Amino acid sequence: MPRVTVETVDHVARLARVSLTDEEKQLFARQLEEILAWAESLQALDTSGVPPMSQPRDATSFREDEPCGSLERETVLEGAPDPAEGLFRVPRVMGG
Amino acid sequence: MSGLVGKTASEIRRRVAAREVTCEEVVRGHLDRIAATEPGIDAFLLVSADRALDRARRLDAALAAGEPAPPLAGVPLAVKDVLHVEGLPTTCGSRALEGYLPPFAATAVARLEAKGAIVVGKTNMDEFAMGSSTENSAWKPTRNPWDPSRVPGGSSGGSAAAVAARMVPVALGTDTGGSIRQPAALCGVVGLKPTWGRVSRYGLVAFASSLDQIGPLALTVEDVALVCSALFGHDPHDATSASASVPDFAFALAGEARGLRVGVPWGFLAEGVEAETMTRFRESLRALESAGATVVEVSLPHLPHAIAAYYLVATAEASSNLARYDGVRYGRRAPGTHDLKRLYGETRDLGFGAEVKRRIILGTFALSSGYYDAYYLRAQKVRTLIRRDFESAFEACDVIATPTTPTAAFRLGEKTGDPLQMYLADIFTVPANLAGLPGLSLPCGLAGGLPVGLQLLGRPFDEPTLLRAGAAYQKATRHHELSPAL
Repeated sequence: MPRVTVETVDHVARLARVSLTDEEKQLFARQLEEILAWAESLQALDTSGVPPMSQPRDATSFREDEPCGSLERETVLEGAPDPAEGLFRVPRVMGG
Repeated sequence: MSGLVGKTASEIRRRVAAREVTCEEVVRGHLDRIAATEPGIDAFLLVSADRALDRARRLDAALAAGEPAPPLAGVPLAVKDVLHVEGLPTTCGSRALEGYLPPFAATAVARLEAKGAIVVGKTNMDEFAMGSSTENSAWKPTRNPWDPSRVPGGSSGGSAAAVAARMVPVALGTDTGGSIRQPAALCGVVGLKPTWGRVSRYGLVAFASSLDQIGPLALTVEDVALVCSALFGHDPHDATSASASVPDFAFALAGEARGLRVGVPWGFLAEGVEAETMTRFRESLRALESAGATVVEVSLPHLPHAIAAYYLVATAEASSNLARYDGVRYGRRAPGTHDLKRLYGETRDLGFGAEVKRRIILGTFALSSGYYDAYYLRAQKVRTLIRRDFESAFEACDVIATPTTPTAAFRLGEKTGDPLQMYLADIFTVPANLAGLPGLSLPCGLAGGLPVGLQLLGRPFDEPTLLRAGAAYQKATRHHELSPAL
C-alpha cells in the first residue's frame, strides 16, 4: 500500500485547489495512511470480470433538447460574491 | 400541550381537516415548543416563525373558504439545511455558504409545502452532510434530547433531535451513508431512506450523487407513509429520478406480518455490536415472529468491505461535487486575493472545516493518476459485489434486519479525533446506499437508557413491504411511543 507523506497530501491538495496549513498536511497524511491501510482489504478481493457500478440504476432519463425557461440573470448574480456588469468578476487569469 | 404538540402528523392533519384546530394554533404551539426546548438541544440553524405563521394563516383562510384540506394540512415540518426552501438561506452547515440565499426551491420541500406542510425552520447538520454526529457543523453541535452529553447522530442530527424533542412531528433529512437512519436510531424516532431515484434530488446540495437520497424522520410509520405519498415521484428537474408510480401504502399500514420473511445476516453481526443493543435486536426479531413473520438466515459475504468501498466512492464523488465552491458564482470568497489559483485555494481553506477537507483530499487521492484503478475503480467493483449479495439474499426473504448502529449514542467529542472510528460506526447503514436500497430505522427500545434502532432493508422500490414490516413491529411493541424527558 502507498505511504502517504506530507508531499502526497501537498500534491493532492494542489490538485483539489485547497490550501492547507503544515499542521493539516501532517495530520491528514497520518489519517489518510490509516484509512487507506484499513481499506487495503479491498485489494484482496477477486474482482476479475466484475463490472464497476457507478450508480444504482442505469436509468438516467433524457429529455428533449429544447430551449426552456431558466433563472433570470439578475437573480443568479444576486448570490455572487463579486458581480460586475451582469457577469461574475474574477482576478486576472492571464498576464498582469 | 397546546397546538397538538407531541401528536403525529396524521392526527394533526385529521384535526385540522375537521376544523377542531387551526393551522395557526398548531404552528404557534410548535413554535412555543421550539422556544422552550431548543436551548440545550440546538436542533435548528434557523426558525422561520413569520414565514410559517403567514402560511398557516393563508391555509386557514383557504379552509375557511371551503377548500378541501390537503393531505399534510397544518403539519409543522423541519428541513435539513442541505435542502433549498423558498425564501430561506441554505448553509449546509458550512461557512462556505454563509449568507447564501438559493434562487429556487427543492422539489422535495415544494411538494410537501404544496400539500399543506408548514416549514418552521432549517435544521443543523454535519458540514455538507459529512459526518455521523452533527459535530462537524460549522455553527454549533446539536445535542441528543435523551442525554445532552451525547450526540444525536448525523448528519441529519438536527432533524432527528427536533422530532425526538417533539418540536415538530416530521422532518426531512438526507442519507448518503446512513444520515437519516443513524440519527433516527440514536434519537428514538422513525427514519426512512427511500430507494435511490424515488425522491427528486433537485434543490438538494450534492455530497455524493450516486448515494444521496432525501427522506422523512417522524414519530410513526404511518407518518412516514403520509409524507412519502407526497414526496415520491418523478421530477423532470432530476434526470436520475425514477418514473416508478407512487405506491399506495394502505395495505402496508395494516401491518400484517404473516407471510413476511425477515432475513438476518448473522455472520455479519457476529462482532462489534454492543451487548445490550444486540439484546434489543434479538427481542425485535422475536416480536416480528410473534406477529407472524418468519426469520431466516441470509448471507451477505461482501458486507465487511462496505465501509472501505463507501468511503472511497463517497469521497471521490464529494471531491468532484465540492469543486463548485470556488468563490466565483456564490458563497463566500476569500478577501484580498488577486491571483485566481490563490483565490480558489484560500476561499476553500476559509470555507471548509477539517472533515470536509479530509474527505476532499481522500477523494482526490482515490481519483488521482496512479491510484484510480486501485482505489476508486476497485471500490466501484466491490459495490457491484455488494449489490449482488443483496440480490441473492432477497431471493430468500422480503426484508433484511440488522441493528441500525452497533451502539447507542456516543458522547460529544468521543470520536472527533479519530475519523476512522467515526466511519466504522456506519457499518450497518452504508450497504443500502451502495446498493441503492430503501432502509427503515425503527425505535426498538433502550440500551443503557438510550434509544437504539432496528434497521430493515428492502428490495429496490419496495418501500411498501418495509413499511408493512414497520407497521407490524409498531403494533407489536410500541417502542416508538417512548419519548425523552424534557
